[in-house]
Amino acid sequence: MANGIKDKVAILGMGCSKFGERWDASPEDLMVEAYNEAMADAGITPEQLGAAWFSTHMDDVGTGRGGTPLGIALRLPNIGVTRVENFCAGGSEAIRAAVYAVAAGACDIALAVGVEKLKDTGYGGLPMAQVGTYIPQWYPNAVAPANFAQLASAYRARHGIDAALLKRAISHVSVKSHANGAKNPKAHLQKPITEEQCLKAPIIAAPLGLFDCCGVSDGAAAVIVTTPEIARAMGKRDLVTFKALQVAVSNGWELQSSQWDGSYVHTARVAAKKAYAEAGISNPRKELSLTEVHDCFSITELVTMEDLGLSEDGGAVKDVLDGVFDADGDVPCQIDGGLKCFGHPVGASGIRMLYEIYLQLQGRAGPRQLANPKTGLIHNLGGQPSQNACSISIVGLEGI
Amino acid sequence: MIGITGFGGYVPRLRLARQAAAQANAWYAPQFAGRKGTRSMANWDEDSITMAVAAARDCLGSSQDRRHVRSVFLASDTLPFAERLNAGVVAGALTLDEDIDAIDLGGSQRAALSAVAQAVARVQSGGGNVLVLAAEERKARAASPQELEYGDAAAAVLIGKDKVLAEFLGAGTLSVDFIDHFRAAGQEADYHWEERWVRDEGISKLVPRAVAAALQQAKVAPAEVDHLIFPSSFAKMDAQIAKACGIRAEAVVDALLDQIGDSGLPHALLMLAHLLERAKPGQVIVLAQFGSGAQALVFRVTDAIGSFRPQRGVGEWLARGVEERNYTKFLAFKGQLQLERGMRGEQDKKTALSTAWRHRSALLGLVAGRCEVTGSVHFPPSRLSYDQDKPLQDTQKPYQLADRPAKILSWSAEYLSYHPAPPHHYGQIDFEGGGRILMDFTDLEVGEVDSGTAMEMVFRIKDVDERRHFTRYFWKATPVRAASAR
Repeated sequence: MANGIKDKVAILGMGCSKFGERWDASPEDLMVEAYNEAMADAGITPEQLGAAWFSTHMDDVGTGRGGTPLGIALRLPNIGVTRVENFCAGGSEAIRAAVYAVAAGACDIALAVGVEKLKDTGYGGLPMAQVGTYIPQWYPNAVAPANFAQLASAYRARHGIDAALLKRAISHVSVKSHANGAKNPKAHLQKPITEEQCLKAPIIAAPLGLFDCCGVSDGAAAVIVTTPEIARAMGKRDLVTFKALQVAVSNGWELQSSQWDGSYVHTARVAAKKAYAEAGISNPRKELSLTEVHDCFSITELVTMEDLGLSEDGGAVKDVLDGVFDADGDVPCQIDGGLKCFGHPVGASGIRMLYEIYLQLQGRAGPRQLANPKTGLIHNLGGQPSQNACSISIVGLEGI
Repeated sequence: MIGITGFGGYVPRLRLARQAAAQANAWYAPQFAGRKGTRSMANWDEDSITMAVAAARDCLGSSQDRRHVRSVFLASDTLPFAERLNAGVVAGALTLDEDIDAIDLGGSQRAALSAVAQAVARVQSGGGNVLVLAAEERKARAASPQELEYGDAAAAVLIGKDKVLAEFLGAGTLSVDFIDHFRAAGQEADYHWEERWVRDEGISKLVPRAVAAALQQAKVAPAEVDHLIFPSSFAKMDAQIAKACGIRAEAVVDALLDQIGDSGLPHALLMLAHLLERAKPGQVIVLAQFGSGAQALVFRVTDAIGSFRPQRGVGEWLARGVEERNYTKFLAFKGQLQLERGMRGEQDKKTALSTAWRHRSALLGLVAGRCEVTGSVHFPPSRLSYDQDKPLQDTQKPYQLADRPAKILSWSAEYLSYHPAPPHHYGQIDFEGGGRILMDFTDLEVGEVDSGTAMEMVFRIKDVDERRHFTRYFWKATPVRAASAR
């Protein structure tokens, strides 16, 4: 019987590039930017790296396939570099591989880097994806906003919630994230917005308006992991260790059967249950200090609060409007601005989420620092509500 | 007895207001200013194949058992494929047996009536029921008279021996190279000769000969004819033909030109399908169409006429029309106006033909897989079932979804991707009895649907590969129109 990852691996160092419309930077430049910070934070040299995992999603528009883009960009000393890809959850997959390698004793120190260069397409929004030869012959030529917007119609139908009330609640989600992002110098979007701006913004995919959608950004993030023993031997204090790493992947039940009602993300609930068990958490609303969730769209964040057990089913609208997840609420969410404002360079996002919680737990988050956080949760969702890969990771201070 | 054993029609929902088109072009073609009424216009995702499928479904109804149909004759002068059997696409959408005979016909405006005559001969020789389909998605130049006069529509008649609703009595044909108009292969617009010559030397002289021949074969006197169907966009041409043939003036059937326009090749069968909805036993019907000669057919309505109703019927298709006043939408849908698509419109729509063949049943026929053990329905069909914790293997049997009631689970309408008729609506559809598909919606207005809205399936164009000139088809969901809207 597996006994889980709890406290077996610690973060040695992390780095994150400035996210945004990085017209000045190639994907290689972004990787170097994140890597330099992570290596300086870890205080190691390249020869100490045992292996690397590399996350990038849109290989056709940015960085390329395989492990070589990372090996070449960082001039790594011919260590193994493996590319992982799991839609928008790829960054968390790179972390998971590096953490498991260290936990397995396969190497002492491992690197995970995620990068995405989205702003070389010539148009806004995510690039159009090709999905084999069969699906395009019947499946809608769907875009992410409309895939996630469907959560809203199904959520309203299930809970009998008025469309205007739900729109106001999801607007609050975005207003909160903009307020947080305004305190983050690395964020893509650093301007606060008002609820009125949000409500009046042009519709992208009903009922989601412009401010319900996250930034489409260039960026990279990196993490270096090792064992707690090695970290301590290197003089590190206030270690942040992994408490749980879980991934749940759809098997077609949501998209094909008539049993899923479309108002929540099934895999998130499966992964959350396993992650809480692995981390030994029984009351997440009390035990989690903060969360970084996959707020690709405002409605996603709202239903995720229920999927993670932070709100009762049907209760997220009230909790959101009550400010439970605001910076000064019970369980702050997206204290760095989230995907919404920090930005969403797809392959890097999972590592960016970890970066913020790492900074918060070490008390290094500057003007957005929370008081005494102990444990944080990362929810990184790839795909769409009806068919996806959902990663949930929990990290905390050692001994918590 | 051989004759019509089923009938149906289809008229696209959109009706272009002729005034809107005339006003838009008034600076250039002021002579059309007084044009009234509407003409039907196909949605961007409709063509002669999809409209033929719609008419066929109107005729055949929702029965899953279509084995009695042994042949499909698809008549059209606007078929999307010069090679690739268009009737084969239709047969696949209708889930007809693979050993049927499917044939494309065309070349003149009278080809649909010729197809009916051939179908009668096929039945006479013991070939089984023949489904005759006629469809036209007509193109004309902007600011031409034809742009205002033409319409898009389809019709279907089933020819057979059982429960005959209208008995075939006789046919008359003339095949001559009288060129009132022509369209060279690969061209989109017709080239017309002078109207007065066409009327006086062509229609007036040729059509009565075909009608007389048909009546003679039918052993019916002209005075006994109750209904004369002769579609023509020339004013009072039908009345002139009646007079020339000795048929009573009141027998002339309204050609629906004010609502639909002249749909050309399918128009006589469309008028017939409309007439049969209210025809009385014993009534004699003459249909005639002009084109490279003329074709006339004579039927007598039987006592069984009350036993059949089309699924919707032409009357209902007419009633559900929605007036369209955006002339540029009409031009864009007809491919005559190149709208900016943005970079997202550059997406390659190449179709893997080997993939299409492998999944032909799901793609053309909307056939899912139903697990024989649990009853769970899978689209697309798969070797393993989705049933949680107990995925069974190789237990799924073909299960048709196209005619099952359905409703929306979740939906959105987005303005981000390129779509010919934004916003692009799609969502998850749940079928009664099981089965779920995330699919495109069509023929609807913004704000018309929500979770729980009842939807039905229509066979439509999925994508057009403009680089290789290939059209691929799939099913879409459209709101079930309430009876009160009819």
